[in-house]
Amino acid sequence: MTITQTDINAFSPHIHNADAAVIEIDNLSKSFGHQEVLKDVTLKLLKGENLVVLGKSGSGKSVLIKCIVRLLNLDTGTINVFGQDVMDLNRKELNEHRKKIGFLFQSGALYDSMTVKQNLEFHLKRIKKELSDKEIEEKIAEVLENVGLPESLNKMPSELSGGMRKRISLARTIVVDPEIMLYDEPTTGLDPVTADEISILINEVQKKYKTSSIIITHDIASARTNADRMIMLLDGKVYMEGSLEKFEKSEDPNIKPFFK
Amino acid sequence: MEKFTRVNKVKGYATQQSRKLSEKTLHKTQVVSLFFVQVATVFLFIHVLIKETFSRDFEFKEFFRQCFQIGYKSLPLVSVTGAIMGLVLTIQSRPVLVDFGAVSLLPGMVTLSLIREIGPVITALICAGKVGSGMGAELGSMRVTEQIEAMEVSSINPMRFLVVTRVLAATVMIPLLILYADGLGILGGWAGANIKGNVSFLLFFSQAFSSVGFIDFLPAVVKSVFFGAAIGLVGTYQGYNAGRGTESVGIAANTAVVQASLLIILIDLIAVQITDLMIL
Repeated sequence: MTITQTDINAFSPHIHNADAAVIEIDNLSKSFGHQEVLKDVTLKLLKGENLVVLGKSGSGKSVLIKCIVRLLNLDTGTINVFGQDVMDLNRKELNEHRKKIGFLFQSGALYDSMTVKQNLEFHLKRIKKELSDKEIEEKIAEVLENVGLPESLNKMPSELSGGMRKRISLARTIVVDPEIMLYDEPTTGLDPVTADEISILINEVQKKYKTSSIIITHDIASARTNADRMIMLLDGKVYMEGSLEKFEKSEDPNIKPFFK
Repeated sequence: MEKFTRVNKVKGYATQQSRKLSEKTLHKTQVVSLFFVQVATVFLFIHVLIKETFSRDFEFKEFFRQCFQIGYKSLPLVSVTGAIMGLVLTIQSRPVLVDFGAVSLLPGMVTLSLIREIGPVITALICAGKVGSGMGAELGSMRVTEQIEAMEVSSINPMRFLVVTRVLAATVMIPLLILYADGLGILGGWAGANIKGNVSFLLFFSQAFSSVGFIDFLPAVVKSVFFGAAIGLVGTYQGYNAGRGTESVGIAANTAVVQASLLIILIDLIAVQITDLMIL
């Protein structure tokens, strides 16, 4: 599956260079026991784009992004991030690789025993060791302002609503300036209004921090807001790839139910 | 025709039996391989733990926080247990010693029992319940809610931050808690001796420590260190390797307590044997 400049112009007019793929996945397969979750998945994430990966629950979407950060090891195939095969990285190189990638977990994964400030500090102090205490405070204030929650600095995660937790989790991810963002179902479990706010926030993050993103979702409203390009996974395989319009116009029985 | 049917029946029976046998063999092989995988996982966990303990970026702040959590927050429970241990031991032993006319040996006997055996084992078992289950549940819920993965993907070493600090804090604080419980146990013993008698504080303590030597303290302290390490190791291992789902948090906490308690008894048995050999 090769993406041409014409395809890119059609999908995402603001992306101008077809060769500027930040992530290239070739023939990725992953099994758990006898269950093959991903089968020969091939895809590219281009610099500056939002790629929405759509699919039913259990179609292997989350496994796909967990393989990119090597939370899971792949069985066959390759994943190249900025031209480096992630499976060839040693421990130190893997850590450097992970610093370039922000991962927003479905649950938010905020550290329960820490306040919002400590959650953000925890990552900043360990990843950006060169920053002074003052710079760390400024950075935290800036990202909290960007996610619209400057007043939550000293709150515990248990005091936050679902939407607030997602925002803080996003703040914790972007505070270390990642180049790639991986969103694992960012709007799942949220009411439509909050879900929409999170989707808008994802676009704002992309513009402000110039990130390239893979957004895993089965929420069509979120896909409509975020997608520069879409991929549909079905039974672990790439079933369809194209623009939002292409998906919306599709009469395919596996695609249509998503857009009803 | 009849002969042909009979042959088919025998063939069918033989196939069925052979399939049953192969399924049983496969099941047994899987059980054995699972056991070896678990053993390998434990050794790998210990290997990484040791490696990370001596790494440059030691998490001192988290280590001291864990020392506070394990040490200070266990004080009320250990205080009550320690004092009652000494009190009960004195009350139970006194009548027998009175019968033999050896009541003057009571302080020494209570102190020796507390320092050598009862203090370390009972306090360690209490801590296995409180500290071990706490570690199992905390790390288990962190695993379930993807907090450990969140550290990993941010290139933060969760073993260094979560496991090393907890195991070391338990190794340092549990021997201290045991010594503290021993002290309170001796105080409890003095209180117990005064229920039916009249022994001054000074006399009780001078008699108690006249019969205790360095050789009584050393093995107890050494085995307390191992008790602490075992509680920390089992608690963090179970929590860190908890499965998916909330049920696995409960399983991790429960298994941590059971395995830590069993390990304490085993370590105690080994320690007693070694001490016995050394004294002889």
